[in-house]
Amino acid sequence: MEGFISLFQQYNVPAAFLVNLELTFWSALFSAILGIVLVLMRISPIASMRHVAGGYVEFFKNMPLTIIMVFMVLGAFAQLKLSFSDNFETNFFWLAVVGLSLYTAAFVCESLRSGINTVPLGQAEAARAMGLNFMQSATLIIMPQALRGSVAPLGNTLIALLKNSTVAAAASVATETSSLMSEMIEFRPDVIIQIFLIFAFGYVILIIPIGLLTTFLSNKLAVRR
Amino acid sequence: MAANESALLFDQPGPRMLRRIKIINWVAAIVFVAIAVLIIMRLHNPPDGENQLSWELWKPALDGEAWADFYLPGLWATLRATCLAVIGAVVFGLLFGVGRLIPNAVVRGVCGVVIEFCRAVPVLIMMIFFWRWFAFMDLPSPAYWAVVISLVLYNGSVVAELVRSGVGNLPNGQHEAAVALGLTRTQSLLSVEVPQAIYAMMPAAVTQLVVVLKDTALGSIIMYTDLLQESRRLGSMYFNILQTLVVAGVVYFILCWLLSRLAEWLPVRMQQRTMAPAEPEPVAPIAILDPSNVNQIAVAREERPLGGSQRLYHVHHRGTNASIHNWRRTRYTQGYDETQPQSQIARDGHQHHHKGRNGRTRPDPDMQ
Amino acid sequence: MTQRTTMRTLLRKGLAALCALACAAGVAACGSGADDGDGDVIKVGIKFDQPGLGFKKSGTYEGFDVDVARYIANQLGYTDSQIVFKEAPSKQREAMLQNGDVDMILASYSITDERKKAVDFAGPYFVAGQDLMVRANDDSIKGPQDLNGKRLCSVTGSTSAKVVKEKFAKEVQLMEQPGYAECATALLSGIVDAVTTDDIILAGLASASRGKLKVVGKPFTEEYYGVGIKKDAGSKDFATKINAAIEEMEKTGEWERAIENATEGTGYKPNPKYNPPKPDEGE
Repeated sequence: MEGFISLFQQYNVPAAFLVNLELTFWSALFSAILGIVLVLMRISPIASMRHVAGGYVEFFKNMPLTIIMVFMVLGAFAQLKLSFSDNFETNFFWLAVVGLSLYTAAFVCESLRSGINTVPLGQAEAARAMGLNFMQSATLIIMPQALRGSVAPLGNTLIALLKNSTVAAAASVATETSSLMSEMIEFRPDVIIQIFLIFAFGYVILIIPIGLLTTFLSNKLAVRR
Repeated sequence: MAANESALLFDQPGPRMLRRIKIINWVAAIVFVAIAVLIIMRLHNPPDGENQLSWELWKPALDGEAWADFYLPGLWATLRATCLAVIGAVVFGLLFGVGRLIPNAVVRGVCGVVIEFCRAVPVLIMMIFFWRWFAFMDLPSPAYWAVVISLVLYNGSVVAELVRSGVGNLPNGQHEAAVALGLTRTQSLLSVEVPQAIYAMMPAAVTQLVVVLKDTALGSIIMYTDLLQESRRLGSMYFNILQTLVVAGVVYFILCWLLSRLAEWLPVRMQQRTMAPAEPEPVAPIAILDPSNVNQIAVAREERPLGGSQRLYHVHHRGTNASIHNWRRTRYTQGYDETQPQSQIARDGHQHHHKGRNGRTRPDPDMQ
Repeated sequence: MTQRTTMRTLLRKGLAALCALACAAGVAACGSGADDGDGDVIKVGIKFDQPGLGFKKSGTYEGFDVDVARYIANQLGYTDSQIVFKEAPSKQREAMLQNGDVDMILASYSITDERKKAVDFAGPYFVAGQDLMVRANDDSIKGPQDLNGKRLCSVTGSTSAKVVKEKFAKEVQLMEQPGYAECATALLSGIVDAVTTDDIILAGLASASRGKLKVVGKPFTEEYYGVGIKKDAGSKDFATKINAAIEEMEKTGEWERAIENATEGTGYKPNPKYNPPKPDEGE
C-alpha cells in the first residue's frame, strides 16, 4: 500500500491519463467528421468516390497503427513538413492526433456503414412511395434508424481508440501513460506489479463506463424489428 | 453490397442524373489523382533533405539481401508470435468463455472479471509490463513471451466474448431440446451449444486474427525483432528507413488483406454447421459487456412474410438463448417478440418452462 | 500371436521415437540451436542494430564491438566459428549475464558503479564521450552550448538528451525516437538540428550517411566501455584474461585498425586524452 502512495507522490499519473484522454477526445472528434465524409463517399452513387473511400478503409483496416504513427513523424512531419507548432511537444501531440484520427476514421466509417445496413431496404422504398424526397427520406427515415444501429459498433470504436492512444508513444508523445509506465518501471523496478496495476485499473475505470453506456444506449435506442 | 447501401438513400437515377453523376465522377477522380501527384512530387523534391524516390534509397530496401537478412527473419518472428498467440487465445477464450456460461456462479464471476479486465487494458501497457517483468524474473527471450502473452490475454478475452455471444445467439430450442433429452445444463452447454457457437464465431475469429497480426507490430516498441523492427534495422544501415518501412507496411497489408478475404469467405461454409447466424459484421461484433449480439445487418436483410408486415412467427435465431436466460433486461432487446412473451420471462433454474407455459396469454401462432 | 506382439512393440517404439524427435524439434525450434554446445563455444552479447559498433548483416556481424569481441575470444582460445553472437538490448544486459545467456557482453556497455552491483566488468576497451552529430553543411553548432533554441533528437529512455538540457542548453527542444536511425533520418530531413549520444556510435552512423552527416568532435563526457561478465568466483580470473587480450590488441595496432574500419570516411578520431585506455577493471 505504501508503494502505491509513494508512486503517486513521485509521478503524476493522472496527468498522463489526461494526455491520453485529450488524444482520445480530439481523435474521436476528427475521426467522426472524417468517418462521416468517408461513409457518405462510400455509399454515394459516384464510382470514383466510392472506390477511394473503399480503398481508404481497406488500407487503414489492414495496416498496423504502429507503422502509421511512425510515418506521421518520419513521413508526414519530416518529409511532407506537416507541422502544427514550433514547440515539439505540441507538434507531436497533434501529429499523433492526426494519425489516430486517420486510423480510427476507417473504423468509424465501417461502424456507420454497418448501421446503415441495419435499415431494411423496405424502409427506403416506403419513404419513396410516400413521396418523400432525398433529404426528407435521409433525415427523417434512414439516418435516425442507422445511427441507432451504429451505437454499439461506434462504442467499440471509441473504446479501441482510447486504448490505441497509448500507441502515440510511437509518435514521440512522451507524456502519455505507456511512456510514463516505462519510465516508472525503469526507476522503480521493485514495485513493478503495483505500477502495472495502477495503469491497468486506470484503464478499466475509464473503459467500463463507456462500455456500460454504449450497451445501455444501444439497448434503449435499438429499433425493434 | 455497395448497391444495397446506395439503394437505401439514392433512388434509381434518371438520364439527367446519370449525366450529372458522370461529370462529378470525373471531377472527383481528377481531384484525387491531383492530391496523389502532389504528395509524390513533394517526396520527389522535398524543401530540404533527400529525394525519397531515388533508386539509390529504394534498391537496398528491395534487393535479395534485404529480404534474406531482414524482412524474412522478421516476418518469421511476426508469424511465429502470431500463430502462438492465436492458439493461446483460442484456448484461453474457450476456457474462460465457457467458464462464463456454466451454472456455478463463482466460476462465472471469476471468469467475467478476468475477461473484462483483459479487454479493458491496452495491449501496449500489458506488453511493456510483461516485458520488464519477465526480464526481472530472468526468463529467456522476455520480449517474445511478452508479445505472445499480451496478445493471448487480450484476444483470448475477445474470443471468450465471441463464444458467449455465439451461445447467446443460438435459438433456445437447441438448449430446450438438449434438456428434454435428459442432458444437464452443463452437458447441454458443452456438447450442444458451445460447438455450434464455435462454428458461428469462426468468421469473427478470423477477423480477430487480423487484429493479432497487426498488434504484433506493437512488439517493435518493446524491441521484439519482428518485421517492423527488422525493417527499421535495415533502414539504419543505408538511412532509408522510410523506404524499408513502406516495404514492411506492404507486407503487413498483403497478409492482413488475405486474412480479411478469408473472413468474408468463411461464413458461407460455417452457416451449414450452426443454427446461429455466422455472418461477420464489418466491425468487431461485440459491444463491450453485451452478451447477446444480434447481427442487425442479417436481420435487416431478412425476407419478411407479406413484404414487411409484422412477423408472425417467433424469430428463433435472434438471441433467444440469451434473452431467455435474462442476459439482457430491457423490453427493447432484440429477440423480444410480443407473440412470444415467455421469451423474456426470467428464470431460475428450470422454472421458466412452467411459468412460460402458464403465463402465455395468446394462443400459439402456429396453432391458429 | 508373437508376431502381433512384436508388431505392437515395434509400433510403440516407433511412436516413442517419433515423440522424441518431435520434442527435440520443438526444443530446437523454440530455443536457439546454437545454445547446445557447452564448453567449446563462447557466447557474446552485442548490439545488432548499431552500425559501426555491432550490426548484423548478411548473417555475419560487423563493427568495433564485434572486432574486439572476436579478438578477445581468439586470445582466449576460441576460433571464429566457436563464437556465438547474441543480441543484448540495453535493458536486458544485466539479466542476460546473470542467467548465463551469454559469457560476456560488449554492447556499448559503460562501466558504472550502479551496474557493478549486478555484474562484473573487464576492460575498459574504449573511452567514448557524449557528442553531437549534425548535418555536414551545418557549422552553427560547435558544442552542446550552441543548442539553445535548437532541436535535439535522442533515443527513448536514454539520459543523454537530459544531460544536454540540464547542463548546457536549457532551451533545447527534445525529440525521442526508438532508434538512432530514426534520429539520423530526422536530422537529414531537417526537422531536428542535432543528434546526441556517444561519439563512436555517432561516428558509425555518420560513416553510413554517404557524407551527409558529421560528428562535431567535442565530447563532453567520458563513458568507459567495459566487457560485462557474470559476477562469480571465477570472474576475477576471467577479467584478467580479457584485459590481457585487450592490451595485446592495443599493442599490435589491431585496435586502431578496428576503429578506423568502423568509422571509415568520417575523419573520426577517438578522444586521445583517454584512448586507448588501460584495461585494469575487475582484476
